Amino acid sequence: MDIIYTDSLVIGGGLAGLRAAVATKQRGIDTIVLSLIPAKRSHSAAAQGGMQASLATTIKGEGDDEDLHFMDTVKGSDWGCDQKVARMFSHVAPKAVRQLANWGVPWSRVKKGDRDVIINGQKVTLTEKEEAHGLLTARDFGGTKKWRTCFTADGTGHTMLYAMDNKAIEEGIEVHERKEAVALICDDGRCHGAIVRDLITGKLIAYISKATTMATGGYGRIYSVSTNAVICEGMGMALALETGTVPLGNMEAVQFHPTAIVPVGILTTEGCRGDGGLLRDVDGHRFMPEYEPEKKELASRDVVSRRMIEHIRKGKGVPSPYGPHLWLDITLLGKEHIEKNLREVQEICEYFLGIDPVKDWIPVRPTQHYSMGGIRTDETGEAYGLKGLFAVGEVACWDMHGFNRLGGNSVAETVVAGMIVGEYIADYCEKAPETSIDMAIVKQHAQKEQDKIDSLLSKTQGENTYEIRNEMQKIMMDYVGIFRNGEDLEKAVASLRTLLERSKNICVQNKVTSSNPELTDALRVQRMLKLAICVAQGALQRTESRGAHSREDYPQRNDRDWLKRTLALWENEDQLDPTLSYEDLDVMEMEIPPGFRGYGADNTIPHEKTQDRLQEIAELSERTFDRHTLQNKLMPFEVPEIYKEKNERIGRGVK
Amino acid sequence: MSEQQKGRLLTFSILRCNPQIEGDTPHMQDFQLHETEGMTLFIALNKIKEELDSSLQFDFVCRAGICGSCAMVVNGKPVLACRTLTAKFSNTTFTLLPLPGFELIGDLSVNTGKTMRAMSERLQSWIHDDEKANADFNVIEERMEPEIADQIYELERCIECGCCLSACGTWRMRPDFLGAMGFMRLARFYMDPRDKRSDADYYEVIGDDDGVFGCMSLMGCEDHCPKDLPHQTQIAFLRRKMVKA
Repeated sequence: MDIIYTDSLVIGGGLAGLRAAVATKQRGIDTIVLSLIPAKRSHSAAAQGGMQASLATTIKGEGDDEDLHFMDTVKGSDWGCDQKVARMFSHVAPKAVRQLANWGVPWSRVKKGDRDVIINGQKVTLTEKEEAHGLLTARDFGGTKKWRTCFTADGTGHTMLYAMDNKAIEEGIEVHERKEAVALICDDGRCHGAIVRDLITGKLIAYISKATTMATGGYGRIYSVSTNAVICEGMGMALALETGTVPLGNMEAVQFHPTAIVPVGILTTEGCRGDGGLLRDVDGHRFMPEYEPEKKELASRDVVSRRMIEHIRKGKGVPSPYGPHLWLDITLLGKEHIEKNLREVQEICEYFLGIDPVKDWIPVRPTQHYSMGGIRTDETGEAYGLKGLFAVGEVACWDMHGFNRLGGNSVAETVVAGMIVGEYIADYCEKAPETSIDMAIVKQHAQKEQDKIDSLLSKTQGENTYEIRNEMQKIMMDYVGIFRNGEDLEKAVASLRTLLERSKNICVQNKVTSSNPELTDALRVQRMLKLAICVAQGALQRTESRGAHSREDYPQRNDRDWLKRTLALWENEDQLDPTLSYEDLDVMEMEIPPGFRGYGADNTIPHEKTQDRLQEIAELSERTFDRHTLQNKLMPFEVPEIYKEKNERIGRGVK
Repeated sequence: MSEQQKGRLLTFSILRCNPQIEGDTPHMQDFQLHETEGMTLFIALNKIKEELDSSLQFDFVCRAGICGSCAMVVNGKPVLACRTLTAKFSNTTFTLLPLPGFELIGDLSVNTGKTMRAMSERLQSWIHDDEKANADFNVIEERMEPEIADQIYELERCIECGCCLSACGTWRMRPDFLGAMGFMRLARFYMDPRDKRSDADYYEVIGDDDGVFGCMSLMGCEDHCPKDLPHQTQIAFLRRKMVKA
């Protein structure tokens, strides 16, 4: 078996992984990135609409700062996030977007003077300031107080990923493509790298490292329809889970994006609505103002998705052979705007639907989009339960999103987490002793994986990989969707357990040991099932509604009993269910105690300490501090030394 | 489903070859499927893999025409398979070949990553500015005219799918020829005021027959670019600049 040594091993070549790799490499640490595919093809490229950072350059962003970005993120999370992490994030996001400008992202810029925009269906003229001319511009996104989402037309993820990968190439970082990690090498509570399968030769390779970082994205493909790329199968989370000591956090927190096209589930960006697009029903009627009079189409994603389904259930959906859908109308934005700022959307409509959104409405339906949950880490990005394992980006439950992520906060998280956690990984590598793992242990890990492969290939009859995968995906769609209830979730858990049992008897028809897509899929589906069970079981046990987790039988957000994070452990191979435990969120440490998000009616069951904390905060706030001092008194947070400086803004300096 | 309700019977004639298996030689294999509404080659190939032959190799990632993974030759032309609707073809036979000129991984899967990384390294496709390399990110960013930013984005929309290369007569004959994708990347940095490389620096990279002067102006790149990038204009532009340099 080939053995490759490095100090910082990063698994996943999307934005988060590459940024973390750049961080460790720039600190002089030997770094290797593993990727299933060429890095520039990662799912980060599909992010269209933009990245939130409170630069406050535009007239609609005036007055914006870290405080507001933080508040929007916490509210958006339905108070499920780690507020310190949300603070670290909102503080570093402006630095991230500016650094990317230096690294070559052609961010769209502010043009001084008048411009016409569409707000709430009406044409409005905005006048941009002279002093903002040429700075990074921003568009409106859901659930935000200010226009804060920086963008490059609607190819933001593409331009960010290209700049980031080019930076990684400039730094001389090796990206080992078409390599799939299949197990983490663990010994004595420490992670020492990974057993990796070469997807071309089929051979196993051991990568031995001081620090191992998961950056493999989400698990959208456990659902049959998802906006996610086909490689988003949650393998990073599954490998962490299979160590038996690393818990996954809040796996039941799954985001459904309001506007994916029907039937294929390809995303049309939130920028469509941010720029003024409307949602319409079978009668052509704009329905969102009736449900959410204040934010309308730009309510948080979880809210819009639920309202859309409610409206469809009232019989207002547009019938189609693929079930009812609604319309996204961007015709009012005009040809010029669409061809400049929403051209990917236009291309997608043209190729997959044969329509032109300049004159036609787009058929859309809420669709699985994002995994808020993932490998539970501390604030430095290090996983619970295993030293030397880190996680960044969607794979992680670093937990800045809680139970609902704001649009524009995902690509922002990838880069910001890559910057922050990257520094902590470098610190770890500098302090960690030279790797001294016993080769017998490495071989043991490899042998275990080789045995799994051999067993799949040697069977002459058994279950079919694709039947099992398709059944799992259907169960998740039918029973663990936008609206959930105990009965459905029990069905889901029971059927998924049966599938997991059956998956142990998979027979791979194609017996080739080298590149073999069926074998690759067979290995993955067993792991995906474990994740699916974590999602379903987490959802069944959480008897409240919070953010994207919406229980019809428990419609209230219940801070009294559920202001806590779900932790799922898979302690031994024979388990058919995760072991769940819960981690309390401490109200007395929150900068913003639980409150009303501003959607629908407030029917929260309050936490007993909320009033006490509000009282404390009121007393502190009465004494005059500047906002930075007050913030520090309310909830001190740490970021790596190089990111401590305050952020400058036009007309305001660093105040 | 009754016979009448079934869609057209489509034949997919696919090049099969697994270089990992010693002695395996390239051959064509036919698969048949009934067309379904909205069927793309992404849907068809996955159906073949799941129901007819699980050894079939191909690459898809985003399946939305964004990532550039799935370029292949369909009925003689390089296209993105994921967004190719079968209904757009009046004939019922599809001949699918891997993208030529790239290392074959197996069947329809080719190693584009290797070629693309080499291109980026050769062109040093990043911002060159020693002063700004570690610029302060706490202060207000450097300004850029909005129109310039838009123009850079126009050229940055390349997704490295490789269609232009496989459609390029020169590249097929001379693998060291940079090709349209490389020219586009270079033009993008040339236009970017943040990149401080001089004309002479660029001449070093593309001022020879492997560079912009090797182009025979067949314009297969322009005809087959899935992102409709202005290859012809940019090649002509770079040539004029390099003649002066």
